[in-house]
Amino acid sequence: MIPVLLILIPLVTGLVSFFLKQPGTAKNWAVLSSLVTLAVAMVGIFFLPANQLAYDASWLPDLGSRFTLMTDGMGKMLCLLTVVSFPVVFIATYKNEYSNAHNFYGLMLLSQAGLLGVFLAADALVFYFFWELALIPFYFLCSIWGGNKRIAVTFKFFIYTFIGSLLMLAGILYLYFHSADHSFAIKSFYHIKLAAKTENLIFWLFFVAFAIKMPIFPFHTWQPDAYEQSPTATTMVMSGIMVKMGIFAVVRWLIPVFPNASAHYANLVIILSVTGMLYASLIAIRQDDIKRLIAYSSIAHIGLMCAALFSLNKTGWEGVMIQMFNHGVNVIGLWIVADVIEQKLGTRKFSELGGLAQKAPVMAILLVVMALANIALPLTNAFIGEFLMFNGLFQYNMVFAAVAGISVILAAVYTLNMVQKVLYGNTVATTENATEMSGNVQLVLIVLTIGVIVLGVYPQPLIDLTKDTVNAILVK
Amino acid sequence: MPIQYYIYLCLALFSIGIIGVLTRRNAIIVFMCIELMLNAVNLLLVAFSKMRYAAAVVADQNTSVGVDGQLFVFFIMVVAAAEVSVGLAIIVMMYRNTHSVDINFLNRLKN
Amino acid sequence: MSKLVYLIPLFPLLGFLINGLGRRSLSKSMIAIVGSGSILASFVLSVLAFFDVKANGASVITLFNFIDVESFKVAFAFQVDQLSSIFLLIITGIGFLIHLYSSAYMNDEEPQHYGRYFAYLNLFVFSMLLLVLGANYVIMFIGWEGVGLCSYLLIGFWFKNNNYNYAAKKAFVMNRIGDLGFLLAVFWLLYKLGTASYTEVFAHTAQLSSFDITAITALLFIGAMGKSAQIPLYTWLPDAMAGPTPVSALIHAATMVTAGIYMIARSNILYTMAPATQTLVAVIGLATAIFAATIALKQNDIKKVLAYSTVSQLGYMFLGLGVGAYTGAVFHVMTHAFFKALLFLGAGSVIHAMHHEQDIRKMGGLRKYMPITHITFLLACLAIAGIPPFSGFFSKDEILTAAFVKNPLYYFVGVAGALMTAFYMFRLYTLTFLGQFRGTHEQEHHLHESPWQMTFPLIVLAILSVVGGWIGIPEVFAENAHSLEKFLAPIFAESTKLAEHHHLAASQEYIMMGASTAAIIIVILFAVNSYKKYQTSEEETAGVSKLLENKWYIDELYDAVIVNPLHAVAGFFKNIVEKSGIDGLVNGVGRLVGYGSRQLRLLQSGQVGSYILMMVLAMVVFILIWFNDATIMRFLEKIF
Repeated sequence: MIPVLLILIPLVTGLVSFFLKQPGTAKNWAVLSSLVTLAVAMVGIFFLPANQLAYDASWLPDLGSRFTLMTDGMGKMLCLLTVVSFPVVFIATYKNEYSNAHNFYGLMLLSQAGLLGVFLAADALVFYFFWELALIPFYFLCSIWGGNKRIAVTFKFFIYTFIGSLLMLAGILYLYFHSADHSFAIKSFYHIKLAAKTENLIFWLFFVAFAIKMPIFPFHTWQPDAYEQSPTATTMVMSGIMVKMGIFAVVRWLIPVFPNASAHYANLVIILSVTGMLYASLIAIRQDDIKRLIAYSSIAHIGLMCAALFSLNKTGWEGVMIQMFNHGVNVIGLWIVADVIEQKLGTRKFSELGGLAQKAPVMAILLVVMALANIALPLTNAFIGEFLMFNGLFQYNMVFAAVAGISVILAAVYTLNMVQKVLYGNTVATTENATEMSGNVQLVLIVLTIGVIVLGVYPQPLIDLTKDTVNAILVK
Repeated sequence: MPIQYYIYLCLALFSIGIIGVLTRRNAIIVFMCIELMLNAVNLLLVAFSKMRYAAAVVADQNTSVGVDGQLFVFFIMVVAAAEVSVGLAIIVMMYRNTHSVDINFLNRLKN
Repeated sequence: MSKLVYLIPLFPLLGFLINGLGRRSLSKSMIAIVGSGSILASFVLSVLAFFDVKANGASVITLFNFIDVESFKVAFAFQVDQLSSIFLLIITGIGFLIHLYSSAYMNDEEPQHYGRYFAYLNLFVFSMLLLVLGANYVIMFIGWEGVGLCSYLLIGFWFKNNNYNYAAKKAFVMNRIGDLGFLLAVFWLLYKLGTASYTEVFAHTAQLSSFDITAITALLFIGAMGKSAQIPLYTWLPDAMAGPTPVSALIHAATMVTAGIYMIARSNILYTMAPATQTLVAVIGLATAIFAATIALKQNDIKKVLAYSTVSQLGYMFLGLGVGAYTGAVFHVMTHAFFKALLFLGAGSVIHAMHHEQDIRKMGGLRKYMPITHITFLLACLAIAGIPPFSGFFSKDEILTAAFVKNPLYYFVGVAGALMTAFYMFRLYTLTFLGQFRGTHEQEHHLHESPWQMTFPLIVLAILSVVGGWIGIPEVFAENAHSLEKFLAPIFAESTKLAEHHHLAASQEYIMMGASTAAIIIVILFAVNSYKKYQTSEEETAGVSKLLENKWYIDELYDAVIVNPLHAVAGFFKNIVEKSGIDGLVNGVGRLVGYGSRQLRLLQSGQVGSYILMMVLAMVVFILIWFNDATIMRFLEKIF
């Protein structure tokens, strides 16, 4: 029952939220709901036996689809990320005011339900259903509460993801008709044997959908715009969790279903990913906007994850697993700082910032820690993930690893650029009257910082948590 | 009289109708041309039906082959009458609004 | 003792946390006590560890499993052996002296920045200790990047000045380039051997092909190039002088920059098995030694001269490593740590007295105002110039002798570099301390000897600079007097076995020593003589001097060849590829649909006539398509 509860709580509270007319009530309601989900997830993942974590019920019997949910190590970890992130996001942006806050929080909670559903689904139709459920709120969140160019950006985001979803649906239907027992269950998908040519073709239907979501070069251009224009709370969820949907889906729905095609196209995919890493890193160097910089940096990091996935070895995969969690934590931390700066000073342009270290030392320290995690300095959490991922990539092909390694250098360049331009130097007109950030944000960031350090020094629990997924899939 | 003559007449009438519809802008004339086309078809239907009957009656005295053609003509006349009443009403309304019966003024569905 | 070795890095870490978190509430003296005290505690423990190693040999202490995945395990483990215990002593010993010195030098800072300074410095010592204590390459890498971070934070300590920030960023990025090489080498080891721990790697070198070893050592050496400022990654070190002077002394002279030497000495077996890499190390080291020395000849900033001198001395150490004189390199690390830290601290004392004036053209005659600084500085200059019996002589001589055995050319180029060293050091000394004072009257009025916290480290280091070399007296002078070599023998045992042994005849060695010493003394006298009467002149320099003064325009070259093109490519991606290329494609699809619709919309004109015309035309077309020619012809024939 736990997985169902995990989906139902945000779903129901989200729907209820639409009817709460007081903005303050809606805000507290959302925080409460996310905390309850967190508690349920904690109990479920850490205290209950494994058989409590699966669920199966009849759904659409005529179609051969059952409402099946399951949790393996990767699912647990991503659920954990989701349920931890939402309270963090809500609390960190508690002081932000939204028009029609009840709708805003309602949509946010619906997206949480969708995300959890994606991570738990063990039936292709259920998976597709939640995939779309997670996306639709984002269209509205971005197009209603976003920045000036929100309509055009949402449109682009919509076109990208919609094309991806359509291709995936076509792929799912094809597999459904070719499964032995005409069912959408993940197990029957895993047993489908396709001719090499068809497998290669259907592989792309799925891959493009997931590549858009991750995003992988050259399917990425929706992302910086969407991150920039969305309200920051939404951006945090998008980059912290939603992009993990793509990686998660590759692990669960792509590589095990198309093992031969995955191996066949591994080189191509890795080349795309590595190109994307360098490309995004280079662009990040020239950015003048905190949000866009973080967006491109995120593209570079995701590129590495994708490359490590298609190296198809355990070392790389274990790195990807823990990096999914760690990247979520780090990038949310960065977004929180970006949001604080934008809310306080009304600008995100580096050219209009500077000298904040004098005015807000606590924020400066926390931003520096997050920035260091972003460049994967040892003893921060990201180092372990990147170390393992590069290792995996290196085992696959040394040259790819060496070329991808250049992005490590570029990451230092753009991240330190950001730190320098925001924090150091003399104050300018906009930052003259800047103040320290408020208590709730400090609290959240300190919690994240502790997480960054602890997972950086002792990453073993995360590695152990996801070992079963890696072994189960790669042994196949 | 050979059937060809009927066909010539019908083709001529129909073509006049088409050309009238295509070239004239006066709604009433367009309307009349449409009627002309309808009646050309009616005439053709009657002619063919009569011819078929003439061919069939030789074999069987009591045959009713070709009656359906005549029936169609009645349908068409009824529909045409209804259409004329609606169409003329629209033209009158149009004249009231625009003081013209030029169909090129009717290129807009709203406003 | 060996169980307690984790306390050695723990104390600086605690110091970092206390000073970092309490920098607003603690008083300055409290901060200084915590900062220096934690290092002193580490030093005491390091001494104990040293004697423990001397008595009981090396030991490895595993704390916990850091990374444990299917294909390899990396333990968070410390290795205390002869090599690391020597480095522990250098780091904590000199570290303590410099902390003490800093407590007076940085006294002008506000308490919170004072606290921040000591926090960073403690964090640096922690990282450096991690680097030398780690029992595998991954832990070493943690320290390796950690010291890079602290260096970044301390170079940019005065963060209001954007030039300093750029210098800090440059240092970090250049180090990262090297770090990538290091990281790839670690991956290679993990891939081939499934382990990164020193003991296991060195025990299983037989499983590596000679290509593997050459590649691994070359990649590791790239790491060392970045950290130890060798050609082509040296340009960050002179810029790093933007940091406070004690930082330059500790990080950019005595400890962090020698990490590369430590790493290669640690991996000596691998290097001995890779002669190609060894040659590369020797050539790069020698080239750096001579190249940096030429630049130092013409610099006018007191710290810049010392910075290039450091780069040059590091080059000698790499030369030593490259020719297989591992003990000599470690020896030189040690003596260099003494005299270079002393030089920097002396320079700091001068800068302190001159109110942050660093241009030696505006100094002069400081001898009578600052006697202790003067004497200690002079001793350090003699040590670095290589005058016997000062410490620099022994270590440099050991390296050069080994170089001669390997290839006489190395030796002669090395001696040329040593002569230049003597020249620029005594140019610096003469311009600063001899002659007439050339600064403003106000500065002259304020000249004073520094407080005891600053002079005490100077004196201690001066003593060490003089006697420090006596632990490594060469064989020719006395049998078995090289106690350092004996102590380090277990570390280099495998390499010694593999390497060929040539010994020079004692007479030849005496001749070489005598000749080089005589040449150095002549150069010193020449330098003192030519700069004693120096007067400030505004003359434009030209020709070679100008080239040297501008550091061979290497920074400009890097900007033109690497930085600017990358910037341009990035701009091209950002403005052209991203906007017009990919986005253009995506938006193009949208626009195409829009355009098509707009064209189609024209058909929907609202003109009934055009609709009917189209209808008629379409019907004609359909009829023509539906019935083939023959049917139509038959039909027409029938009618007509």
